[in-house]
Amino acid sequence: MSGGVDSSVAAALLVGEGHDVVGATLKLWGGPSDSGCCSVADVDDARRVAQQLGIDHHVFNLTEEFDRHVVAPYVRAHVQGRTPNPCIECNRAIKFDRLLERSARLGFDALATGHHARVTGEGPGPRRLRRGADAAKDQSYVLSMLGQAELARVLFPVGEMTKADVRGHAAGLGLRTAAKPDSQDVCFIGSARGREGFLADRVELHPAEVIDGRGETVGTVDAVELVTLGQRRGMGHGSDGGRHYVVAVDVPARRVTVGSAAEAVITSVVLPRASVTWVDRALRDGDRAVAQVSAHGRPAACVVAQAEDGLVVRFDAPQRPVAPGQTVALYDVGDPDTVVGAGIAA
Amino acid sequence: MDHVSDCPSTYLDHGATTPLRPEVARAMADARSQPLGNPTGSHRPAQRARRLLEESRDEVAGLLGRSPGDVVFTSGGTESANLAVFGTLSAALHQGRTPTVVSSAVEHPAVRESCRAAAQSSPVTWREVPVDRCGVVELDALAEQLELELRGATTLVAVMLANNETGVVQPLARVAATVRERSDTARLFTDAVQAAPYLSLADAASGADLVALSAHKVGGPVGVGALAIDPSTELVAHHYGGGQERERRSGTQDVVGAVGLATALRLAAAERDDAARRVGALRDRLAVGLVEAIAGAHRTVPAEVATLPGHLHLCLAGIEREELLVALSERGVCASGGSSCASGALEPSHVLAAMGVPDSLARGAVRFTLGHDTTGADIDRALAVVPGVVAALRHGS
Repeated sequence: MSGGVDSSVAAALLVGEGHDVVGATLKLWGGPSDSGCCSVADVDDARRVAQQLGIDHHVFNLTEEFDRHVVAPYVRAHVQGRTPNPCIECNRAIKFDRLLERSARLGFDALATGHHARVTGEGPGPRRLRRGADAAKDQSYVLSMLGQAELARVLFPVGEMTKADVRGHAAGLGLRTAAKPDSQDVCFIGSARGREGFLADRVELHPAEVIDGRGETVGTVDAVELVTLGQRRGMGHGSDGGRHYVVAVDVPARRVTVGSAAEAVITSVVLPRASVTWVDRALRDGDRAVAQVSAHGRPAACVVAQAEDGLVVRFDAPQRPVAPGQTVALYDVGDPDTVVGAGIAA
Repeated sequence: MDHVSDCPSTYLDHGATTPLRPEVARAMADARSQPLGNPTGSHRPAQRARRLLEESRDEVAGLLGRSPGDVVFTSGGTESANLAVFGTLSAALHQGRTPTVVSSAVEHPAVRESCRAAAQSSPVTWREVPVDRCGVVELDALAEQLELELRGATTLVAVMLANNETGVVQPLARVAATVRERSDTARLFTDAVQAAPYLSLADAASGADLVALSAHKVGGPVGVGALAIDPSTELVAHHYGGGQERERRSGTQDVVGAVGLATALRLAAAERDDAARRVGALRDRLAVGLVEAIAGAHRTVPAEVATLPGHLHLCLAGIEREELLVALSERGVCASGGSSCASGALEPSHVLAAMGVPDSLARGAVRFTLGHDTTGADIDRALAVVPGVVAALRHGS
């Protein structure tokens, strides 16, 4: 229970179904933050909802684990010029690992969260992971790395509901989180100083020159570590008046290369073998799939191929570049609401 | 695991708060049974309130071996600690001195955070004196610290009477002697909140200039406490207003609360030796039973070190205390992890860190605190439940 409306209603629905439910809120971040999952106010909201539902509530302090598995890799990735997704790493290493293990040790049959996604399948059969019923709020992307071991023990009670239904349900129960705004952005980064301020406190950021395809300097950036492949913001325009996109980032050389929209495209991306996970079955060489490369990105048709360095995702149509570190979620071509697997772009 | 919600609760968290004693509840109800005015007024109900307040003050002062005028009623232990720290440091600052406050490394957050805040917001120096592996303050280090300071710089030394997490009793008489020997100016403040049910307050107050008390740790109500202040100690108020409590703590006094505090302290004092013997025997039985039944369990403080009779602090290897507390709660056994933050999450304990307990062990730290209403049946139940819960956590998943 993050203190948001989705997990509040997830708990309420399970209580309503007669389950023996205990609420847990994770304290994940000890530093200053004004958004998301980590503030005392959010814990208070979660606790109050649990009280209203008549269930026990506990706060688990996983700040050390969060720092080790989410924050430190997030900082490290930027230094390497990669674009990490900390929400996915938190789901992978904290919520559906440490917390899931803990719930099992404490004797609970399942761990429920407020994610907008659906798990299908029953009994000993395989579980499948599907998009939430509310397409605009679907969170299957940030859960795409879950496998059978996790899915067999998790519940997403609000996955069948629209956000409006969730809020309506919370309001009907008089829960104080009913009208609480959705969390935005990365929970451990405050809006006042942003990503740049957060990283600047932890690592040295370096200015870089921006060059175009002919090698001519067309500008500078304050921090090469913050530039993402495919980025448009702050890159100016070409001589033809068209917008510039980042087509290459070289952190050690402190150099960003930009190009026109036509130049800033890719037709394939490689997912190193170690990063690839499958929900219930592996795609085979030549299988078709639908790829999604950000939380609410547009799905793109593709073919997968096994290569020496990993899984190659070949898009039917050229795409904006996928930055190294971004997760690529693969959906079933015949049933594009069903997640097949995921990997992290090299 | 069965989620037993209707089983009787075995309450072993008296260090957090104690149930209100029936005798105290009765005394408070009696106080309320007739009209009570504001003690500063002149009519009969006001005079009655004033009488009850001063009777309570006499009683608290008597137990401390102090004059009634030394006793200031407060809202509890935290306010008392804040007043002791900020009050004395402010007085020194007002005189143009640049004071130092010296505290033991295991003080309660009410003391520690007051010292930290004072040092952050004013020209105050804060020094912590280490404790040994058993959690007992290092007297040599204290003496050294006092000598290091420029003559007259040390305004306050804060050493608690007994630690809230471990129950370790500090050698307060020797601390007091050290302070007297090594400093002309330093005043000694002792937080007696946790010790009040079991240790002689008069003994504590004979060595310390300032003594903090809280009612709810000794069978009284939450929301009332006291600070005893030796008349020779200069102290500046931090509540301004009507000048109550001889201008040391403005605000209308909580008369019924003061009656509750005085009654609870009187009962505790009358029963002190018997209670210490009885509760200490129950605690020892719990300690021996748990250490015997749980592999990798050991007492954080060796049995030969003086601790409050109600405290049992254990470190359980391979256990996460967060999980243990949830599992125990599900089984109706109420214990504590020792230290939590504003959100309610458990935090690494500064007390265990100061004692040099390795982090791997501190993760499995659990505190059982017995109290006036703890029975042999409670201990039987804890002994029946805790080892099984620990085993389930170690093997389950």
